[in-house]
Amino acid sequence: MSPAKRRAAPRLDLDAVLDAHRIVVCCGSGGVGKTTTAAALALRAAERGRRVVVLTIDPARRLAQSLGLTELDNVPRLVEGAGADGGELHAMMLDMKRTFDDIVVAAAPPAKAQQILANPFYQSLSSSLAGTQEYMAMEKLGQLHGSDEWDLIVVDTPPTRSALDFLDAPERMSSFLEGRMIRVLLGPAKAGSRAYMKVFSAGVGVFTGILTKITGADLLRDVSSFLAASETTFGGFRERAQQTYDLLKAPGTAFVVVAAPEPAALREASYFVDRLSAEDMPLAGLVVNRVHRTQAPQLTAERAITGAETLAERGIEPLARAALLVHADRVKIAVREQREITGFVSSAPRVPIVEVEAMASDIHDLDGLRRIGSGLAGLPAA
Amino acid sequence: MPFFPGVRLHVVTGKGGTGKTTVAAALALALADDGSRVLLVEVEKRQGIAQLFNIEPLGYEERRVAKLERGDVTALSIDPEEALLEYLDMFYNLGRAGKMLRRMGAIDFATTIAPGLRDVLLTGKIKEAVARKHKGSHVYDAVVVDAPPTGRIVRFLNVSHEVAGLAKVGPIRNQADSVMALLRSSRTAVHLVTLLEEMPVQETLDAIGELRAADLPVGAILVNMVREPHLEDGALAAAADGRLDLDALQDGLNAAGIDVGPDVVKVLADEASEHAERVELQKAERADLEATGLPLLDLPLIPDDMRLGCLRRLADAIQEQS
Repeated sequence: MSPAKRRAAPRLDLDAVLDAHRIVVCCGSGGVGKTTTAAALALRAAERGRRVVVLTIDPARRLAQSLGLTELDNVPRLVEGAGADGGELHAMMLDMKRTFDDIVVAAAPPAKAQQILANPFYQSLSSSLAGTQEYMAMEKLGQLHGSDEWDLIVVDTPPTRSALDFLDAPERMSSFLEGRMIRVLLGPAKAGSRAYMKVFSAGVGVFTGILTKITGADLLRDVSSFLAASETTFGGFRERAQQTYDLLKAPGTAFVVVAAPEPAALREASYFVDRLSAEDMPLAGLVVNRVHRTQAPQLTAERAITGAETLAERGIEPLARAALLVHADRVKIAVREQREITGFVSSAPRVPIVEVEAMASDIHDLDGLRRIGSGLAGLPAA
Repeated sequence: MPFFPGVRLHVVTGKGGTGKTTVAAALALALADDGSRVLLVEVEKRQGIAQLFNIEPLGYEERRVAKLERGDVTALSIDPEEALLEYLDMFYNLGRAGKMLRRMGAIDFATTIAPGLRDVLLTGKIKEAVARKHKGSHVYDAVVVDAPPTGRIVRFLNVSHEVAGLAKVGPIRNQADSVMALLRSSRTAVHLVTLLEEMPVQETLDAIGELRAADLPVGAILVNMVREPHLEDGALAAAADGRLDLDALQDGLNAAGIDVGPDVVKVLADEASEHAERVELQKAERADLEATGLPLLDLPLIPDDMRLGCLRRLADAIQEQS
């Protein structure tokens, strides 16, 4: 298949993206090779002479090992044997709880910080609340950016249900922590006017009663004391979320959407592209991983199958027959994948695309990442 | 023989990208083939089922998506907010207060401050569907759940543990305990979808360990996208080592009436080598899966896209191997 002949999507030049930005965010649905893409891009940038840190979220064990990461320690570590022309690659795994704890310790006086850290609700919030991982990834990105130590920060985003979640996370967290629901539940005085309370008090009364009944009084009490202790600490929560959001929109940032050539992943990629454009976020383009190609598209699947059948009927040439069937499958897969990609292009014709060929085996080392990196740059991957 | 006789709740999990939703839908069809009334449930509001069956997005109502000769498949997308309201309504007469709570974001708030609550509500609704009766007999013979991915599956199913710190007594606690009783019983099986590739296999093995540690019943491993080994053993080894005889291949192609130059012959040989390499890799990964002692079902890689037809072929593969 020679995709360039069939459609007019501009080619995504990732080398140019890596050279010209300070932040590259890789996003996409789970299982499309997002973490590998982030690592390969970071390595490639380091070998183009930049000082790079890659922030990964829950990488597969072997991939983490290939970057020299053995534990979740939340600080960038130099990757040995990576980098050229003065460039360096550092890698880190996000520890969301520790990142959250660090914010508390940095923002609150010691006694108050201890009080917050010990609160059961804080503990569940910081380790399992939906959106915390996304928020902390963005928080860490803000910290890395603020340290001014890096030419380029490459961020892998959490494998959320929907790839869109992490864009909403800061907003969701801040509106949760400052939301009217909390005020209403925890102190009528804070909720606003009496008229407002009058409208809602019936429902709220029922609700707090039920919530207390079904979850026990402890939870609401913990939430309440957490909020009381953290009010001053997180006073600027919304402001903080806004800063992260602005950083993502700044000219030095580029978003790379990652997908595989199958309907569900490309559908998520489309949503993401739409969403980024609606938010004026700088989209660099789409990476389609694990694309299958054939170097002999002139031999169609139909001809190959007919040929294989001829041989099978005569009971001869098992090798040629097998090779023809292998080729036929490959052409069919390539054609199907190109049809899926063409579908994406017709819905987003101006989004630059690069296709990366499927590898025969998994990636475990820097050489593997280098090969992926060449593929990402539009060079032969092998 | 039916697939896992006696099991009424089939929970299907797998790493992202392994085709978990497709396999769950194919399993539902395979079960319905035996004349069962099957409910296919999704819990993450992804609308994957609607896409597969090419229908309008599913709401919080059960809708028939496939009518077979004898059995049928009904689909449901569970929304935790709806489940909470439904649940509260069983215990308290909410009336209009329910609507108001929703408008205020109170439901969202409750499921946010207590993430374990969300899973109790989702699994609670699943349990209700499994247990639901009409005129003395079960409304659904089997329930198939397109569950969260392997990384989150134990947390999702281990509801008692999740609410332990949250509710020590009361209706939520009771609900969690009765859900747990179903999930740990012989009426439930948790199936894992994987590919014969290193990362998905590793995640599958990890998940099996965690499920067993949590005392949850592991069912079968559904191996998706298996490549048929077109080459015979001898040729396979030769191809994997890149030792294929190009002249012989050329002659064979000529005999098939395919007249191509040496460049195409070389491409075909390379493709055969890559295929052989894949097949060898699959063997190694399969050995790791076999070591778990669990039943393995192979689902073929389907090169053409036929959507519904593809589901049918996967369902047949499950049927044949049951």
